[in-house]
Amino acid sequence: MRIALFVACYNDTLFPETGIAVTRVLERLGHTVEFPVEQTCCGQMHHNTGYQTEAVPLVRRFVSIFRDAEIVCVPSASCVAMIREHYELIAQQEHDPDFAREVRNLLPRIFEFSELLVERLGVDDVGATFPHSVTYHPSCHSLRMLHVGDGPYRLLRRVRKLELVGLPNQEQCCGFGGTFAIKNADVSVAMLSEKNKEVLETGAEVITALDNSCLMQIYGGLHRQGSSVRAMHLAEILSSSEVDG
Amino acid sequence: MSIRVGKTDRASSFPVAAKDALRNDQLRRNVRNATDIIRAKRALRVDEMPDWEQLRQAASDIKMHTLAHLDHYLEQFERNCEQAGGKVHWARDADEANTIAVALIKQYSGDQPAEVIKVKTMTSDEIQMNVALEHAGIRAYETDLADMIVQMSNDEPSHIVVPALHRNRFEVREIFREHMSLVDLGDQPADLADAARNYLREKFLRIKIGISGANFAIAETGSVCVVESEGNGRMCVTMPDVLISLIGIEKVIPTFQDLEVFLQLLPRSATGERMNPYNSFWTGVEPGDGPKAFHVILLDNGRTALLKDERERETLDCIRCGACLNACPVYRETGGHAYGSIYSGPIGAILSPQLQSLEHSRSLPYASTLCGACYEVCPVKINIPEILIHLRGKIVREDQATLRGSLSAECLAMRAMSTIFFSHRRYEAAQRLARLGQKIFERRGQLTNLPGLAGAWTEFRDLRPIPKQSFRDWWKTRAEATASSEEQS
Repeated sequence: MRIALFVACYNDTLFPETGIAVTRVLERLGHTVEFPVEQTCCGQMHHNTGYQTEAVPLVRRFVSIFRDAEIVCVPSASCVAMIREHYELIAQQEHDPDFAREVRNLLPRIFEFSELLVERLGVDDVGATFPHSVTYHPSCHSLRMLHVGDGPYRLLRRVRKLELVGLPNQEQCCGFGGTFAIKNADVSVAMLSEKNKEVLETGAEVITALDNSCLMQIYGGLHRQGSSVRAMHLAEILSSSEVDG
Repeated sequence: MSIRVGKTDRASSFPVAAKDALRNDQLRRNVRNATDIIRAKRALRVDEMPDWEQLRQAASDIKMHTLAHLDHYLEQFERNCEQAGGKVHWARDADEANTIAVALIKQYSGDQPAEVIKVKTMTSDEIQMNVALEHAGIRAYETDLADMIVQMSNDEPSHIVVPALHRNRFEVREIFREHMSLVDLGDQPADLADAARNYLREKFLRIKIGISGANFAIAETGSVCVVESEGNGRMCVTMPDVLISLIGIEKVIPTFQDLEVFLQLLPRSATGERMNPYNSFWTGVEPGDGPKAFHVILLDNGRTALLKDERERETLDCIRCGACLNACPVYRETGGHAYGSIYSGPIGAILSPQLQSLEHSRSLPYASTLCGACYEVCPVKINIPEILIHLRGKIVREDQATLRGSLSAECLAMRAMSTIFFSHRRYEAAQRLARLGQKIFERRGQLTNLPGLAGAWTEFRDLRPIPKQSFRDWWKTRAEATASSEEQS
């Protein structure tokens, strides 16, 4: 299958290893990955912060780049939520029937990374080995908007030598919330402290999720307090093999 | 007409007020304990319902239908209530409602000292009725245990359902000791309940005028419904000679049958009970049974303005169960006072800025991570995150219309980023520039002291610097390598 990768702007810039891991996992499964280099941002940050007018050109740009893709893989649940929850509404508000039709046609081909593997490709064993203890934080967008369910757990359980540790109160938000982390930094960090207390109590070496944004928040707090727990996107764990250790 | 929700003139912005709340460890412990308990009870009572999702949908449908035909149902309610011997008054705003209430109380008090007993009503807090009554020389006694605690300690409610949720029983004992002159009062729940009972019983027996809110006003019959746990509400609506019910216009529902839906959803969502211990319904007046005179004040106070926009209208579906407060990870940290309005938590963050003009509560729609926990538990399916985003858009557009707003650091940054993202060449240039610019902020492999808006991140959290190679750089390098190896072979 030809899979177009929308890596997400913040992954591209700050977490290139996630895009690399997605590419390796999909190629290992025998698929062809394409990366349209014209891609930038899905418009989520603008839209959710209230700059909806400024988000529209980015939404149009995204649709025009990916409209002909067979499948689009997005290793960021919050970007997928932006696309699924808001693109159609934005197109309606633009009063542009052609644009609205393109959005409607494109939506069923957009998949979050774990959704693509488990639901679209029917894979839960990607042949990975990762000899570490891992705990999983279900990010709010993956949990309550995409409803990814147990897909990520199924993928993690099939990783060789991986010890999966449950995270207590896992459904509680980590406090990131996009610009919330800046505008309400004090509350954001109070929420993060609760989350990180739970993460540390699991004793896991690695915390993983489907969103590097939440992981950036969690890691940012953990590292500031001197913890050595690593934050890794699920794709990075799934791309690991015996050789990587 | 100026609309205010509670004492907003004193309110700080959410981030400022939240900072104060976060320093109060006792308050945070109380809020966490209380919300944890209610959440667990709610989950238990919701999970046992096989048709919960259908009930939510039915409630949402009934509410949306009613709001689309609100004029019809309000007039039907008025007709039927008056036919049964009640009198309906219409109030455009807080001042009008308070003026009506004061006039009625004075009229019925005659030469006697003017005193009233009150059932828990958030709507009366919304219009600051107790302040208006005090100005008019009327003594008001809150009889809901939590409201009584709030009133005695000159405090503000911090939760829609549990107004004194921020207090623990040791604090309550101190408040009671002082106000009831009980030196030896114990701190066990039974001691506190006994003290409250003795204090209130005398009021119930003596005071002739009661004030209530309403959970539902039923158009078909002109009936009013109040649900509660303590029975003090039942006393207030049955014992006095005169009952005045203050009802927000969105509380009307078409038929008695509709209660079948709401009375399943409300107690389970609010307190984790299958049914409220006290469900009081009354229709007009009945000779020899209950109050001899019954007045309804139907309150608008900004509600009509929400009806025209479909997204905003959804806010009026709220049945004030408070489930969104208990589920909210932001409320959990700050409690209710930080919201600067008697309506706190996620519902407060959308209701307050819409009822009153935005200027009093512009920071509230940003007091959320959009985590969606509120929407998930809402028994009438109000899509709170979507309404928050909608209100953020309104605020930004209002800001951009002013010179100062359009030149704010945030607005300039957002506009610049939109332009950058519109071209991958500009975006790639910006990536390179950021990589260069971050060098002076790097300490031991981390960014720990960024300037400007980003400083709010690094004040508390580290940030890994932007790596030398972006994903697209890696992709291009790999594509070139593949191409050249293919050429060589």
